[in-house]
Amino acid sequence: MNVYVLLKQTFDTEERIVLRDGRISEEGVKFVINPYDEYAVEEAIRLKEQHGGHVTAVSAGPERAAEALRTALAMGADEAVLLSDDRIGEDEYAVSKTIAAFLVRQSFDLLLAGNFSIDNGSGQVAVRVAQLLNLPHVSSVTKLNVDENRAAALRDAEGDSETIEVALPALFTAQQGLNEPRYPSLPGIMKAKKKPFHTLGLDDLGLSESDIAPRTARESLALPPERKAGRILKGSPAEQAAELVHLLRTEARAI
Amino acid sequence: MNHTYAVVAEVRGGKLRQVTLEAVRAAQAAMGEDDRIAAVLLGHRIAGLAEELSRYADGTVHVIDHPDLETYNPENYARALLETLNALHPRAVFLGHTAVGRDLAPQLAARLGAGQLSDVTAIERSGTEVLYTRPLYAGKAFEKKRFVTDDPRIVTIRPNNFAAADPAPSPGTVVTAAYSAPSDLRTAVKDVVRKTSGKVDLTEAKIVVSGGRGVRSAEGFAPLERLAEVLNAAVGASRGACDAGYCDYALQIGQTGKTVTPEIYIACGISGAIQHLAGMSRSRVIIAINKDPEAPIFKVADYGIVGDLFEVVPLLTEEFKKILPGTNT
Repeated sequence: MNVYVLLKQTFDTEERIVLRDGRISEEGVKFVINPYDEYAVEEAIRLKEQHGGHVTAVSAGPERAAEALRTALAMGADEAVLLSDDRIGEDEYAVSKTIAAFLVRQSFDLLLAGNFSIDNGSGQVAVRVAQLLNLPHVSSVTKLNVDENRAAALRDAEGDSETIEVALPALFTAQQGLNEPRYPSLPGIMKAKKKPFHTLGLDDLGLSESDIAPRTARESLALPPERKAGRILKGSPAEQAAELVHLLRTEARAI
Repeated sequence: MNHTYAVVAEVRGGKLRQVTLEAVRAAQAAMGEDDRIAAVLLGHRIAGLAEELSRYADGTVHVIDHPDLETYNPENYARALLETLNALHPRAVFLGHTAVGRDLAPQLAARLGAGQLSDVTAIERSGTEVLYTRPLYAGKAFEKKRFVTDDPRIVTIRPNNFAAADPAPSPGTVVTAAYSAPSDLRTAVKDVVRKTSGKVDLTEAKIVVSGGRGVRSAEGFAPLERLAEVLNAAVGASRGACDAGYCDYALQIGQTGKTVTPEIYIACGISGAIQHLAGMSRSRVIIAINKDPEAPIFKVADYGIVGDLFEVVPLLTEEFKKILPGTNT
């Protein structure tokens, strides 16, 4: 089973966002593998453990993303590829074309990725990659069974669940609940240092800047207005409950 | 030159989803005076819904009605939709940022070579320039973006952030769109379990009652469910409650999980970790019920009750029953 996992390095979910010079500051920020991509990495390693094979972790991003790929190697991936070039940017059209340009030259049974990234949260790149490679996909998967050249996936559709069968090769995006990602072990971390790690730029992929010209651009960036703490109600629990309903009607006009 | 702004309608539980009417409104906000709406409705036995949709979309409603489309199949829906869109040459395509919309939109975008802006919460147009506001880090920051080419533009909108479209002065025309049943699908939907039928959808709900670790067990959600029933609300949960196995991950609200923006958010036994606040702090009115007066959730709550949720929630349920008509249980 030859599996490629797409991952992105993101801020840890507990990080606060600080703007500096109109951009999001990365100073002192803890970076992690995007949590949904981490499920994908774990699932890829489990598939390898079950069926044998090879797991390659792929990320398109800045140089710091190498650290996330090393974590994937330490978890048990066999090989890592960083697609890094200042000309790629954040536009999903551009990122997906870059990744697809790499994958189109590889052979694989399965592609895994996260459901969405917790930073940009647009949930586009993985599905776009599947389309660009003309592969079927199932998104938001909470269970995956692979059998030779077919797979059955359980898809979470806003609480409903759908069982979808698909011919391989195909792409799947991981939803929470798919598995519990392992922590890298110390021997895993040591071994990771010796595993193949490739860094490729646009030229290596045979892409020019115009091939990945962005379709969207950011105009401005702002923090949401801070919410002010409201009031703590007083009295017995019964009085507070009555007061709350009263305030919702009269003051907040929400009922 | 006038352009077509396509809106992909969504059906859930035999009904037109609220977010579809919101998407019509969003498209209207983005388009120019001479542009027109073309709604596309996919499904099976949906003539009545097409009629309903035509009262809000004053252009054309293109109906693709076929047994193959009774349930959502990512491959088949995308193909059916592309067939219609290729005939319409839309300037933009609007969808809800829902399980279906999130899955369909990037397929369309890739196939059309288009840019896509996801999870849009506001749209402003001045002259020909249109700016789309969308959250980053689940709402810890917001960016305004624009499309920079004339390729088709794909937009998904977050439920509950645009008003539903007003009824159109004159209803749109319903037309049947072509559908060629494909024989080479690689994807087959074998089974659908509707765990949510009859329940209020979490992202579209006007009121959300949410439980955290303080709920202490799966059974502990019962009083929250009771309150939700009285309020016609959806039940949500914090990551802590999901990780502890008290409820399904589908209920999780936060930076991992869903982002919700209801009118009223009632947080019960939720401490208010940053990752949770990201997913709910744009709700209009926030109510926090927690035993710990120092819980960070009180810093964002409009109204706070320091107390035991197992005591407070049932009392609150009784109070709401007194004032809400039609709660006969």
